[in-house]
Amino acid sequence: MCGATEGGLSLDGVNTKIEAVIQGQVTRSGDPVPNAYVRLLDRTGEFTAEVPTSATGHFRFFAGDGEWTLRTLAPKAEPVDTRVVAAVGSVAEVAVAI
Amino acid sequence: MSREDALVTVQWVEDNLDTPGVVLVEVDEDTTSYDKGHIRGAIKLDWTTDLQDQVRRDFVNKAQFEALLSERGISNDDTVVLYGGNNNWFAAYAYWYFTLYGHADVKLMDGGRKKWELDSRELTDELPTREKTTYTAQEQDTSIRAFRDEVVAAIGSQNLVDVRSPDEYAGRLLAPAHLPQEQAQRAGHVPTSVNVPWSKNANDDGTFKSEADLQALYAEVGFDESLDTIALCRIGERSSLTWFVLQELLGKKNVKNYDGSWTEYGSLVGVPVALGDEPGEA
Repeated sequence: MCGATEGGLSLDGVNTKIEAVIQGQVTRSGDPVPNAYVRLLDRTGEFTAEVPTSATGHFRFFAGDGEWTLRTLAPKAEPVDTRVVAAVGSVAEVAVAI
Repeated sequence: MSREDALVTVQWVEDNLDTPGVVLVEVDEDTTSYDKGHIRGAIKLDWTTDLQDQVRRDFVNKAQFEALLSERGISNDDTVVLYGGNNNWFAAYAYWYFTLYGHADVKLMDGGRKKWELDSRELTDELPTREKTTYTAQEQDTSIRAFRDEVVAAIGSQNLVDVRSPDEYAGRLLAPAHLPQEQAQRAGHVPTSVNVPWSKNANDDGTFKSEADLQALYAEVGFDESLDTIALCRIGERSSLTWFVLQELLGKKNVKNYDGSWTEYGSLVGVPVALGDEPGEA
């Protein structure tokens, strides 16, 4: 079972069988950060996509098989890099603390 | 055109929030971001409903564009300052669009919404009111818009700059990674097109790199100054940003944006397609 973990983003309407989902939440001292930017970098470090976090600090990418890096930017914080492995048919849940 | 003419800083915007004749316009890929807070006085353009024909795949026509700007209160002699998220991706698209219809004075806010937010500058949810105007657009300037036959003809004879991410270019992804990947068309790229991801034009904070760095970026992939250029991506928006860099910041001549881009080209019957990380042969 590869559904969202407790507290994760709802996967309603997403065909998780054909997607390599990377999703998660950005927090600062345990509180969600709604005005952060999360960038997805590929295995060579090249920018692939960027999303602003939601009101609850959540983000989601549809990647491909392999290793990726999430780079999180937020006001008054140093950028945080987080490595993640994605695979088609699964959901990688990532918690980012800034 | 130069950086001074085409770009303003976030500080300039903050200093000119109340300057008559300056209209701030937010254009975001996430069309709800404006509603969550925007720069004071800014109006919103929705790229999915305001800037696209709602029946066929094309832009709004001249009359529709005139009606849109008149209704939103933009005059022909206003300085239009565009900003948005994702390195100004969709704001650059709107810049190209305003240029296509001949607006005289249009600029991008360097760094866009992200830079503004990372600086912890103020956002508001107050909606501005603007008097309606009578806007007159020019006929489309097709010297900056490429169509599919021109792209096929440009294989091996022009600079074709594919600005998608390396994985999309190679055919390993079909769409940017924050969008679902299901698509009908083939993956890959136009043979002989070089891959310069649009994101390489910008620093992490969304501001554009220096002219020297940008010049080097294109020189590195063998950009031929003597040839005309077509930029393309998936739906023509990220390539608007590269068009902006090549023509407006670097002053290159005869640069077109192919708004049909991969979603059109990759669905054409019988055209050549290259796979993998190399440009491929003509």
